[in-house]
Amino acid sequence: MSAGAPAALRVVRAGPLTTVQDLGRPGYAHLGVPRSGALDPPALLLANRLVGNAPGAAVLETTAGGCAVRAARPAVVAVTGAACPVRVDGRPAAWGAPVRVPAGAVLDVGAATFGLRSYLAVAGGVAVAPELGSRSADLLSGLGPPPLADGDELPVGAPLGRVLAADPQPYPAPGTELVLPVVPGPRDDWFAPDALDTLATGRWQVSPASNRIGLRTLGPPLVRVRTGELPSEGMVQGALQVPPDGRPVVFLADHPTTGGYPVIGVVPETSLPAAAQSPPGTRIRFVPERAPRLA
Amino acid sequence: MSGGAAIRVLPAGRSAVLVEVADGERAAALHAELLRRRAAGGLPGAAGAGAGGTADPGPEIVPAARTVLVTGLADPRSFAAAVTGWELPPVAVEPGAEVELPVRFDGPDLDGVAALWRTTAPEVVRIVTAAPLRVAFCGFAPGFGYLTGLPPDRHVPRRATPRTGVPAGSVGLAGPYAGVYSRASPGGWQIVGTTEALLWDAAREPAALLAPGRAVRFVAVR
Repeated sequence: MSAGAPAALRVVRAGPLTTVQDLGRPGYAHLGVPRSGALDPPALLLANRLVGNAPGAAVLETTAGGCAVRAARPAVVAVTGAACPVRVDGRPAAWGAPVRVPAGAVLDVGAATFGLRSYLAVAGGVAVAPELGSRSADLLSGLGPPPLADGDELPVGAPLGRVLAADPQPYPAPGTELVLPVVPGPRDDWFAPDALDTLATGRWQVSPASNRIGLRTLGPPLVRVRTGELPSEGMVQGALQVPPDGRPVVFLADHPTTGGYPVIGVVPETSLPAAAQSPPGTRIRFVPERAPRLA
Repeated sequence: MSGGAAIRVLPAGRSAVLVEVADGERAAALHAELLRRRAAGGLPGAAGAGAGGTADPGPEIVPAARTVLVTGLADPRSFAAAVTGWELPPVAVEPGAEVELPVRFDGPDLDGVAALWRTTAPEVVRIVTAAPLRVAFCGFAPGFGYLTGLPPDRHVPRRATPRTGVPAGSVGLAGPYAGVYSRASPGGWQIVGTTEALLWDAAREPAALLAPGRAVRFVAVR
């Protein structure tokens, strides 16, 4: 995929959607560049810590079906995020802990058993060429490397040093419900007075049309009282944007930096990793908060 | 320009606000004032840049049609209290700070725009190249600038049916805006010409040729 480091991982099974991700490219929203980056940053940070990487080293983010890579050289890896079986040449290996992969062996990150996106860190980090300071694949604007394809070769950087022993990681339990706090605004006044109640009490679930750009929802449509066009305005991560069909979309890492549909509220960033780990069909409970007093 | 009542501050989550003003001119003035104050040592209510060793660059300032989004605020309330009292001097273009974009006016919608404006294609070229344009904001794709400055009676609707493919470098008009496709994409703007200027080059520093606030002029070439 790029020069700079020897090919060290060969993609044997790319899975449904596997991308290179780091902490993204913040600071360029004013140029129309999404932040991008791992949808579950705590899982990325943990995976990197387990293999002795810097926090922002690039890892692989899988989607539902996992992926498999063959190590050209001995490698130390760790899998975090969505729980899944981990195998080295078919033998079970640890999830959430450093795993040694011998040269020539295949590391298989299995399909997620709970959650949706697993993170595979390799000591040294995935060393594709950065774009605007980040190696993240931005699926909205096309910056960064394209999603993995079978047969791709991925360069890996030089490991920083010793892999330290880490405490065992708690294995995530299956979530029954995704709870999303909502801070009203900036355009809650474009909706019927009971729209926030509809949000709070409606039967919502995660739509299968969700992706890295946004978590789409299925539920009772939110009714707008102001019609007409909203001039384009800046969008934050977590914005609950309501398109004409009335079903809110929670903006995730690859969201457009500006948009013309009203945002009824904003989900705090601390709740977005859980949103990104919720497979289609997960029940959502929105919890509107009191609107912040700004004056 | 009056401050106070003309500036509305709306919440955009726990650490960001959307500052709304009456029109694009004032949004440009507010954007310029925010950049000035950030450069001069910080914004009221802002968290320290890069705090906690994360990738957080501190406050982001994202202008748009008549708003500016400010993120990364530790204390949105004190920011809001301060910003509503600001005087916003109108933006002035520094001489020589204009980006000139050479444009070949050979677009498929040139004649259609001429018909909409009840004039001729050469007159469209004259009007578009005479306009002092400014990047109001970016969006849609990296490096795509929404350029304002066309005469108010020269606004055009988007095409009824968007094209499935518009080549990079296409110069288009839509609503009050002019713009240059920074990459090939589907699009509904009325295409009047083509530029060979590279709007976006990730290997270049800066990658984007057009940033908000930048003055732009189209120059006709053959």
